[in-house]
Amino acid sequence: MAIEVRIPTILRTHTGGNKTVEGSGGTLAALIDDLDSQHAGLKDRLVTEEGKLHRFVNVYVNDEDVRFTGALDTEVKDGDSVTILPAVAGGC
Amino acid sequence: MLRIDRATYDAIVAHARKDHPDEACGVVAGPEGTERPERIVPMLNAARSPTFYEFDSADLLALYRDLDDRDEWPVVVYHSHTATEAYPSRTDIGYASGPAADPRTHYVLVSTRHHGPETGLAGDDVEFRSYRIVDGEVSEEEVEIVESYLFGHSPTTVVYD
Repeated sequence: MAIEVRIPTILRTHTGGNKTVEGSGGTLAALIDDLDSQHAGLKDRLVTEEGKLHRFVNVYVNDEDVRFTGALDTEVKDGDSVTILPAVAGGC
Repeated sequence: MLRIDRATYDAIVAHARKDHPDEACGVVAGPEGTERPERIVPMLNAARSPTFYEFDSADLLALYRDLDDRDEWPVVVYHSHTATEAYPSRTDIGYASGPAADPRTHYVLVSTRHHGPETGLAGDDVEFRSYRIVDGEVSEEEVEIVESYLFGHSPTTVVYD
């Protein structure tokens, strides 16, 4: 068992074109580190230099937006499904 | 260039008119990897604001799951400006340049600032323009309206520069 991660179209350049990849870790931060070790460059797209999740990126663990569950500290476990999406917003 | 069918064009404009003075937003989905905007999906503006729009976080997840099931992607992301021109704002550019945003997306901006209910004039007008936004750089593109996608790409009736 592992954690399944769905990758948005533009970030599939890091995953050899794969729509979903697998990783492991006890928290979202650890999972992203593990993913980055397999798919170099992924972490830089998701996490800012200050170590925070990029504000224009939405990450969900199962159905929950991690903004409401502790962001990068959100706990994850085998069998969870993680989805990464571009936030869609704007204004005049 | 954005090539879009008449019915979808009309539906985007109608959505913008209906939600005025709040900003309206949505996507037009098409087969993944293609440039064909075939299926309009109006979204709720979670901000319900005349100056900001936002897809609700849960709605966004549901939308992408549905697109994924259909092997589609958002060919077009559209929203309206209700008091300013149909040109991407700094906020629009920021989000569209985000690290997970696909630069192949067409960003359609509609402005309802001069439409009938706003001005009381009979000859109302809604601006409809399309852009690519890549790494903070905006480039406007031509919009070609075709009568239907289902029966090929002709005849071309109107080309907006």
